[in-house]
Amino acid sequence: MSGLYIHIPFCKQACNYCNFHFSTSLQHVDAILESICKEIQQKAQLLNKETLQTIYFGGGSPSILTTKQLQSIVNCIQNTVNTNQVIEMTLEANPDDMSAEKLNDWLNLGFNRLSIGIQSFRDEDLKMMNRAHNQEQAITAIQLAQQTGFTNLSIDLIYGIPGLSHADWLNNLVTAISLNIPHISSYCLTVEPKTVLAYQIKHKQIQALDDEQANNQFMLLIDQLSANGIEQYEISNFAKKGFESKHNSAYWRGVHYIGIGPGAHSFNGTHRTWNVSNNQLYHKAIANNEVYFETENLSVFDRYNEYLMTGLRTSEGVEKTMLEKLKSDLPKAPSPIKFSKWIDQGQLIENNTHFYLSKAARFFADGIAADLFESPNSI
Amino acid sequence: MDHIRNFCIIAHIDHGKSTLADRLLEYTQTISKREMQAQLLDDMDLERERGITIKSHAIQMDYVLDGKKYVLNLIDTPGHVDFSYEVSRSIAACDGALLIVDSSQGIEAQTISNLYLAIDQGLEIIPVLNKIDLPHSMPEEVSDEIVDLIGCKREEILRASGKTGAGVHEILRAIVDRVPAPKGNPEAPLKALIFDSVFNSFRGIIAYFRVLDGTIKKGEKVKFIATGREYIADEVGILRLEMTPKNEVRAGDVGYIISGIKEAREVKVGDTITSVANPTTEIIKGFEDVKPMVFAGIYPVDTEDFEELRESMYKLQLNDASLTFEPETSAALGFGFRCGFLGMLHMEIIQERLEREFGMTVITTVPNVSYHCYTNKGEMIVVNNPSDLPEPNYIEHVEEPFISAQIITQTDYVGAIMGLCMGKRGILKTQNYLTTDRVEMKFDMPLAEVVFDFFDKLKTISRGYASFDYTPIGYIGSDLVKLDILLNKDNVDALSAIIHKDRAYDWGKRICEKLKDLIPRHQFEIPVQASIGTKVIARETIKALRKDVTAKCYGGDISRKRKLLERQKEGKKRMKQVGSVEIPQSAFMAVLKLD
Repeated sequence: MSGLYIHIPFCKQACNYCNFHFSTSLQHVDAILESICKEIQQKAQLLNKETLQTIYFGGGSPSILTTKQLQSIVNCIQNTVNTNQVIEMTLEANPDDMSAEKLNDWLNLGFNRLSIGIQSFRDEDLKMMNRAHNQEQAITAIQLAQQTGFTNLSIDLIYGIPGLSHADWLNNLVTAISLNIPHISSYCLTVEPKTVLAYQIKHKQIQALDDEQANNQFMLLIDQLSANGIEQYEISNFAKKGFESKHNSAYWRGVHYIGIGPGAHSFNGTHRTWNVSNNQLYHKAIANNEVYFETENLSVFDRYNEYLMTGLRTSEGVEKTMLEKLKSDLPKAPSPIKFSKWIDQGQLIENNTHFYLSKAARFFADGIAADLFESPNSI
Repeated sequence: MDHIRNFCIIAHIDHGKSTLADRLLEYTQTISKREMQAQLLDDMDLERERGITIKSHAIQMDYVLDGKKYVLNLIDTPGHVDFSYEVSRSIAACDGALLIVDSSQGIEAQTISNLYLAIDQGLEIIPVLNKIDLPHSMPEEVSDEIVDLIGCKREEILRASGKTGAGVHEILRAIVDRVPAPKGNPEAPLKALIFDSVFNSFRGIIAYFRVLDGTIKKGEKVKFIATGREYIADEVGILRLEMTPKNEVRAGDVGYIISGIKEAREVKVGDTITSVANPTTEIIKGFEDVKPMVFAGIYPVDTEDFEELRESMYKLQLNDASLTFEPETSAALGFGFRCGFLGMLHMEIIQERLEREFGMTVITTVPNVSYHCYTNKGEMIVVNNPSDLPEPNYIEHVEEPFISAQIITQTDYVGAIMGLCMGKRGILKTQNYLTTDRVEMKFDMPLAEVVFDFFDKLKTISRGYASFDYTPIGYIGSDLVKLDILLNKDNVDALSAIIHKDRAYDWGKRICEKLKDLIPRHQFEIPVQASIGTKVIARETIKALRKDVTAKCYGGDISRKRKLLERQKEGKKRMKQVGSVEIPQSAFMAVLKLD
């Protein structure tokens, strides 16, 4: 079982908070897509080693590609990999790219899930974050997608935005719920270094974020969605039953994944590799058959720690059998007290198959995971 | 004996003492250029890095002048206020001193106080303007200062450059011509002054001495008068670049003795060595038992390292007799040691050596001075740790050590420095213009005020153009209170401080604010309170951490995030858990940097 991620490193314009890898110059789109196809072909053997279950086109903004461009990649995948078992194929899309015609094409290309970059239903927020769409486009795009036949929809919403009041945030949530969206990914606005937002805050063009307010909005998010049957299944992900993202869930379950495109990461259980985060370098290296990625050898400790770190973010938690397997690879078994301490405090809960964090403890998932980490020194 | 010259160098840090000393060694062929490692005399790593001489040393040179061979003993002196007693003993071992002044900077406070020590001992002073090769050198102005200060003639002031070697021969000639040859009788009973000692891991303690009278012979039974201990002189010799064993060292000369002494404490600088068979009747004047001025607790971060810390402290004490320590317990920090230091620099050096040479991770508590507390029963209690201060109702009064502080600066900074010293409860005693733009000020101040952030502030407000020296002047009664710090209602004894009552509120407020910033948020709210007795005088609150989880964690985030959490966990290990609160090391020293 594995997942395939395709990174499309182009955007119409730069959001002020974004530190992902992308380019706003569309000159070299075809050249990069060509390299992406080459990389897929190079990894054919790897891709066919395990059953491919999910495909995810992310970015950047894959939705800015023309149908023809998108098709070239989809065709390349279909010609290289067995996609018979693929149950989820997601496209990240921006509202301003979502015409009736394109939506129809995406459906025909085999996409059965859209992740829409709404971020906010408020024009002030969208403007501040330099998004390319407005409130009206956001709503129309969702409705259009639903009319076209996409039932498995996800939207991104950001809270903790300077100027976004509690009431504004509640309005955003109510709008999302009323639009009958089955999946929401919601993040607190984070000031990443070297972003426009960081610059704007430093130069007092935008007021700094308020931690307390962001926390309150996070609570409101969980409560409101839960009250409407959209449950938190991971720290930042909420879904109606059966609409959880299969591709993303794989990351948290330690499932293997293959990333294609500049900056994309891959994981095969023992190694993680990441492609160079530069369109030109990536293109050149692929063209000249040079190495375009870095590799990290994951120690038995790294693997154990990563599984805890990602698994404890989810409502289902870490699977005991998987944990036992990773534990058995360690030179010495970790002290059982480490787990029982958290269980005694009621923060960690054990059932037949899993360890998972209580709702309250999930807010402290990082600290708890780090406490459970093992290292050569700790054993 | 008339061929021997014993001299030392008096200079401010950075005025080029070490470089010039290296030149003397080079020009007398004591070492070849090839052997020369820059600043040879500073042989501890730490000394080299800080550019200061912590322990004094001695070296003998041969110099031929006008067909006659002379033996020159250079006795090096430590260059920091914390070590003023050691300086005084080095000076006492000499007959002359080179007064080295950077010709681009002028005389500094510490130079003056050491110079007075030398003049008091009757040393012949040879003034030298150093760094005359510098473009911004001002030889005329600085010469004026020197003439004013020691009343010499202008033409007696030599000009030199340690860097280019200019003037070095003139200095050597002046040492021979102007420094008097030692007096003393080689046949009289032995009388030698210990002016320094070093620890050698193979040979034990090596004591350096100057023989005033008599002769010290190999194999002879000697007695150190102040400690009353007797030893066999296993080896005596003179100090060339390396130790050179001799059968005897005679009156007037400088040498070393190795006698199987294992602990530095047994060898006291200033002590008199005499012969057991034919003892001298008089001890050399000026001996003092060096007393620590500043105290602080040193605790292992990991309580299990206590024994290892004890071992390390013992080893440090072997070669640093001025370090004192005794075990103490803190409710907050567990088992540790109350340590006494000569001053703040000494404290920093010990802390750094513990970490560097012994690989210890330690917490140093708020430093304090030694208080004298008089109880209403008429007893006097020496308080080296704030926790030892009795409850207010048992106290009659408390006295604290005062110092006379001497500051030399440029006129531009007089106002700011005045403000700083007054703010530190200083009383201006004298103000004296050395030249039209350089001023010497003297304040009486509580030593405790100098212990906290005084040096740094002085440096900042004077932009580095102020030098500072001090001498203790005794104990004076003060209105002092013990300020406690409570974290989540638990008293953290390691953060307690004894301070003047008038400053308690301001102090309490600032330390609470500082701790609020330094202590990471926990899952619960933490009140940070400052109190005198049961009365809370300041409060801040560390808000509860509402969440500790990053928003995004997808395929591309996992490696980075795992490493971040590993680092955070590593950082947590270095924190000290007190009650329910985890406190970073930095918080214990926070009071030193309250601004």
